[in-house]
Amino acid sequence: MSLSSPILPIVASTVAAATPLIYAALGETVVEKAGVLNLGIEGMMLVGAVAGFAVDLASGSATLGFIAAAVAGIALSLIFGFLTLNLQTNQVATGLALTLFGIGLSAFAGHDLAGTPIRGLKGIKIPFLSDIPVIGDLLFHYDIMVYLSIVLFLAVNWFLTKSHAGLKMRAIGESPTVAHTIGHPVIRTRYLAVMFGGATAGIAGAYLSMVQTPMWMEGMTAGKGWIALALVVFGTWKPLRVVCGAYLFGGVTVLQLYAQGFGFGIPSELLSMLPYAATIVVLVIICRDPKTILLNKPVSLGVSFHPDV
Amino acid sequence: MLKLERRPAPSKVMTIASPLIAALAMLLTGIVIFTLLGKDPQQAFYVFFIKPLQTMYGFGELLLKATPLLLCALGLALGFRSNVWNIGAEGQLTIGAITGGGVALWLGDSTTAWGLPLMLAAGALGGMTWAAIPAYLRNRFNTSEILVSLMLVYIAQLLLSYLVHGPWRDPQGYNFPQSKAFGDAFLIPLLMDGTRTNWGFILALILALASWSFSRWTYAGYRMQVAGHAPAAAAYAGYSNKGNVWMALMISGAMAGLAGICEVAGPIGQLQAEISPGYGFAAIIVAWIGRLHPLGIVLGSLLMSLLYLGGESAQMQMALPSAITGLFQGLLLFYLLAADLFIQFRIKSIKPARTPEARSVATEAA
Repeated sequence: MSLSSPILPIVASTVAAATPLIYAALGETVVEKAGVLNLGIEGMMLVGAVAGFAVDLASGSATLGFIAAAVAGIALSLIFGFLTLNLQTNQVATGLALTLFGIGLSAFAGHDLAGTPIRGLKGIKIPFLSDIPVIGDLLFHYDIMVYLSIVLFLAVNWFLTKSHAGLKMRAIGESPTVAHTIGHPVIRTRYLAVMFGGATAGIAGAYLSMVQTPMWMEGMTAGKGWIALALVVFGTWKPLRVVCGAYLFGGVTVLQLYAQGFGFGIPSELLSMLPYAATIVVLVIICRDPKTILLNKPVSLGVSFHPDV
Repeated sequence: MLKLERRPAPSKVMTIASPLIAALAMLLTGIVIFTLLGKDPQQAFYVFFIKPLQTMYGFGELLLKATPLLLCALGLALGFRSNVWNIGAEGQLTIGAITGGGVALWLGDSTTAWGLPLMLAAGALGGMTWAAIPAYLRNRFNTSEILVSLMLVYIAQLLLSYLVHGPWRDPQGYNFPQSKAFGDAFLIPLLMDGTRTNWGFILALILALASWSFSRWTYAGYRMQVAGHAPAAAAYAGYSNKGNVWMALMISGAMAGLAGICEVAGPIGQLQAEISPGYGFAAIIVAWIGRLHPLGIVLGSLLMSLLYLGGESAQMQMALPSAITGLFQGLLLFYLLAADLFIQFRIKSIKPARTPEARSVATEAA
């Protein structure tokens, strides 16, 4: 097919590049909406990547791999939760510590796994829909995690905008003191949000090691956790915009890969800078108007709260 | 039932004790990890913490690795004290190595006495320029310096990789991604015979003293501290917040740039694709464990340096991956943050009170 042949692989790789960002950024959106800033995404992603990969390799089951990744992400997020929510440590410093710890832990745990390839996930052809010309090839041949990322988006969007629990959580993110006064469990809610962020970050990392590459390499996230953090700001804490941002970034990453393939005489290292430079540009565009941030950022983001003291 | 209670005033004892508690807790966790890995904990402890320091050469390595950590952490601490979160020291270090290394490559075989000073200045300037980007963007566009400085780490590393793979590659280097070796005029002289330690460590110590004097005696240093402790008071007093951001990032950028020079004009002696095992990130931990105080940072950088040496030693002697260093670094910072709680708070209990030590060890369980 003349139209789909060049576009198809570009779209497919854009989706593959965007999917881990969607998981990580949607999770962090929920965490930040609850008023907690977790800078440890990169660390949780790496630990998720190594846990998922190891379990997949040992059991041969991708499902078990992703479950292990989510559990590993949650385990790490609980350290963060205990420190920031119970002990009220500085969230910025604790998040950084989580990232540094995750980098070390994953490199240590994955030392013997580096370089071993695994099967990866196969694409699922959705019956009937995938038979539609052009659109079928374009939209309905992805692996299950891609479809689940869309489900996750719908769920998060519904939770934050339509559900009662989501409304309460947002109230806690805006003003924990008020929320506490009227009887909402601030600490418990924030714990749940942080754990959710941990699970999605773990899955995001596992998508890299189990589907995208698929193999484990030390530090393989290469800043994607930080890009996910930037995406939350870029999306002004709104799930739809966050997801659009993730696809935009996936596009930039793929564009850069294709440009490398075609040559153009630009050294590959310089092209590889593109996603990072784009992150900075995007942050500038969004933060330029202080009102955009003021109107959308959860007011108590990053501020410790404890009912007892 | 245990309950936290705010102390009437921050505890001075805990401020000093907390890093020690954290180091001890890290050590205990280390013993647990070694035991779980089936290694003899006593031997592991020896290999990790004692063996690296038994020779003069090993002691020299301790000072050598402490140098870039110390330089980066001193700059970062100034920023952290004033609420400016530069976490891209690794990138500023890389750019410093590029600009300074560029001078050395450009002047080639020249034997001028100005070689080294020129190189140091270029390195500091390079790091400063790199840090100016997050400073400008935060002041002009309100972007987070955390994210911008971090993105610039990746860009800096890719730039270095491009240079040593491309234009700056040594034509006689058998296609290895590295530059020509620097001339003798562009290498920092050694401090002690039989070691690799160079005068960079002394430079770092002098800068530690300078940084202490800056915070203690100058008005600019005072303004930065007020901006960190009480932003509202700083604004009321008319201290420029933008000036504070500039100051914090310029200084930390310059220091990180110097650290880069100390590496490439020191033990490495040329430019190559990888010049730092994450000193810029480890320096964040050093700054915290050193209580953001120059003296503490000197001690903190020695401890962190020992962790690097211990990791290498454990890799050689016990076939443990050297990544264990990163694990210890993260643990150390966790324990420190947890122990720091007891600077501001104390635990009140109806039952016999638990000591801070017991509580910080309890973090392990989480």
